[in-house]
Amino acid sequence: MEWYLPLIWAGVIGTAVAMYVVMDGFDLGIGILFPFAKDETERDQMMRSIAPFWDGNETWLVLGGAGLFVAFPRAYAVIMPAFYVPVIVMLVALVFRGVAFEFRIVSHSKKGWSLAFVIGSTLATFAQGVILGGLIQGIKVENGAYAGGPYDWATPFGLLCGLSLIAGYGLLGATWLVMKTEGAIAVRARKQSKAFLIAVLAFMALVSLSTPLLQERIAERWFSLPNFYYLWPVPVITALTAFACWRSLEKGRDALPFLAAIALFMLGYLGLVISSFPYLVPPTLTIWDTAGAPSSQIFMLVGTLVLLPFVLGYIVLVYWLFRGKVREGESYH
Amino acid sequence: MDFDPVLLARLQFAFTIIFHIIFPSFTIGLSAYIATLGVLWLRSGEERHQLLMRFWVKIFAVSFAMGVVSGIVLSYQFGTNWSRFSVATGNILGPLLGYEVLAAFFLEATFLGILLFGFSRVPRWLYVLSAIVVAIGTMISAFWILAANSWMQTPAGHEWRDGVAYPVDWLRIVFNPSFPYRFAHMLNAAYLTAGFVVIAVGARYVLGGKHMAEGRTMLRMGIGLAAILAPLQLVIGDQHGLNTLKHQPIKVAAMEAHWDGSKPAAFHIFAWPDEKNGTNHFELSIPKGASLILTHHLNGLVPGLLSVPEADRPPVKVVFFAFRIMLAIGFFMIGSALLGAFLWWRGTLFEHDWYLRVMAHTWWMGFVAVIAGWVVTESGRQPWIVYGVMRTADATSPVPGATIAGTLALFIVAYGIVFSFGIYYINRLIARGPDAVKANDEPGGISPIASTKNAGQGIV
Repeated sequence: MEWYLPLIWAGVIGTAVAMYVVMDGFDLGIGILFPFAKDETERDQMMRSIAPFWDGNETWLVLGGAGLFVAFPRAYAVIMPAFYVPVIVMLVALVFRGVAFEFRIVSHSKKGWSLAFVIGSTLATFAQGVILGGLIQGIKVENGAYAGGPYDWATPFGLLCGLSLIAGYGLLGATWLVMKTEGAIAVRARKQSKAFLIAVLAFMALVSLSTPLLQERIAERWFSLPNFYYLWPVPVITALTAFACWRSLEKGRDALPFLAAIALFMLGYLGLVISSFPYLVPPTLTIWDTAGAPSSQIFMLVGTLVLLPFVLGYIVLVYWLFRGKVREGESYH
Repeated sequence: MDFDPVLLARLQFAFTIIFHIIFPSFTIGLSAYIATLGVLWLRSGEERHQLLMRFWVKIFAVSFAMGVVSGIVLSYQFGTNWSRFSVATGNILGPLLGYEVLAAFFLEATFLGILLFGFSRVPRWLYVLSAIVVAIGTMISAFWILAANSWMQTPAGHEWRDGVAYPVDWLRIVFNPSFPYRFAHMLNAAYLTAGFVVIAVGARYVLGGKHMAEGRTMLRMGIGLAAILAPLQLVIGDQHGLNTLKHQPIKVAAMEAHWDGSKPAAFHIFAWPDEKNGTNHFELSIPKGASLILTHHLNGLVPGLLSVPEADRPPVKVVFFAFRIMLAIGFFMIGSALLGAFLWWRGTLFEHDWYLRVMAHTWWMGFVAVIAGWVVTESGRQPWIVYGVMRTADATSPVPGATIAGTLALFIVAYGIVFSFGIYYINRLIARGPDAVKANDEPGGISPIASTKNAGQGIV
């Protein structure tokens, strides 16, 4: 089998997941921050800042799911049953928050759908964190199929990852508001960003410390020689990025905190990749074990190479059309 | 407790996919209607077209949101409910779904953003172009998902090795034998569904004596469309049926509740199929009717249900009655659309209150026909998940029945809430009418690429 195809596909799906985490991360984060808004007018303004984008952002989740199905069907067929409950909870939560965008505008009272937006966003985030935590911990596989129980994911570490992701998306959302809004919301978001930044760092430390303790293979990956020589800059750069994020918030910069938050996310993500590679379903199935037929991977790769530049192109177009800050009292529709 | 995981997995999937198909079948057609209105507006510059366009965009937004979120669910349910199916067919179906996401979903989602929020920010031509792009996006989406579905009905272009399908010829996989018919049938069904909603809303306005100009435009456009597409659907459906007879004869036998293949098939207007004894009760039939339709000969023979073991037969009652519901609605659509066209030609379309009163209550017809049609084709495929090759019972995930039952209940409650509110809101938007669009306009109206404050600080 062509050994490089699964590698390319791991890269493509890795990119889709990263795009998803950053892009839907900030708009899920708005949902997490919704309870702290003063009134529904403020919530209108917050929602206005993400309304033209959320649908496209969420499409990366579909691409991640479909991509896994295309390139690594055997991994898809293990991961989905393993996380049956959190996946379905996440999907239902996304249903409620997704329709809340439209329903809020047309309903008599916005309160009910604001609440649905908060619960949906937070629950979807939590479920994603739980799935991530379960993946890090590893999945029980026998004969290429999931062999664990329906609630194997419910571990303290899984719950910790769920809370971590809430803090993380909260940070993305808050720094997004710093960049994209004006007035009281922007002022509050700057304070919130700092609080979430501290929370994120605390959770990152907890997760980073507990993974090597829980999983020997991860400890070996990071602390054996010569790996350690190459890998020590990762936590150092992470600390520097966090510091830059804090400083830019203090200095009243608008766009920089958001960019730093993205960088922070990417570093955390890199850490996870380093811990798990080349396993797609740790600790048994690698990207090569689970790869689909080369002909399928090539067929889809051609399509991806042709279509993805267009996709990125019109995504840039939309972000450019809706550039600038959302003013106080500005609603949507 | 004793749960049958296969049945529950099927029920759950049936429930989520039926809920989902309601919205695409509406939005595929509606997006094309919106794009048409947009082009008319660009050419005529009339406010009527612009208001109508943006009025329907609002309704589109509510339904599209429900379609998107219920669609995301499906892309994960292949894995959660049918993991063994995913392993067996991932090489084939994965890329088809992948192309749908890359070629259609991003296109729709991104340009919908412009359509919903860009009216006062972008130039007219870009606004209308976005509507056209969204309409094309929904069509591309239908193309790929129907290619995937059709492959499950009439698999081609692949080879099986150790229980896994490997692609051999992608062109034959995509353009498998039933795909062109199913694609044409579904696309046309979507346009008809939206067409009858537009007709019903137009009739409601004209009857109520409000939004008269808009209501009349809707009625004329809707009836004009339906008078062509409804009869066309009969032709496409007939061709689709002949194709099914060739590749899935037992499905056709179930559609007609035709048991004994050694005699010409009657067309049952009504019957109560008895699956245990392999016969029908209470038959009201046109003798040799089905033979005439299917073979174009009165004495033509088509395979009967008894020609295969009971374990290989689909659930006859479901398929039989769903098919009759679809047919009944289809013929009503043809009749009412042609009658409307006739009244229009006579110049009395808006004077017959009885006609408008009937048409004002037809908005649901397309949806029911689409769902019935899907029940025919999907239940008719049973007991196979990939026709003739893989059984549904061999496709499930290693998930306990109780877990599936719990999430099924969750889906029913969640979708029940979302659907009730969605219908209620759409109905209210319709009650408010197109004038509400004007009232909501931001001061200043249309300004190309509006002066956004701090534009330079936008995202790179």
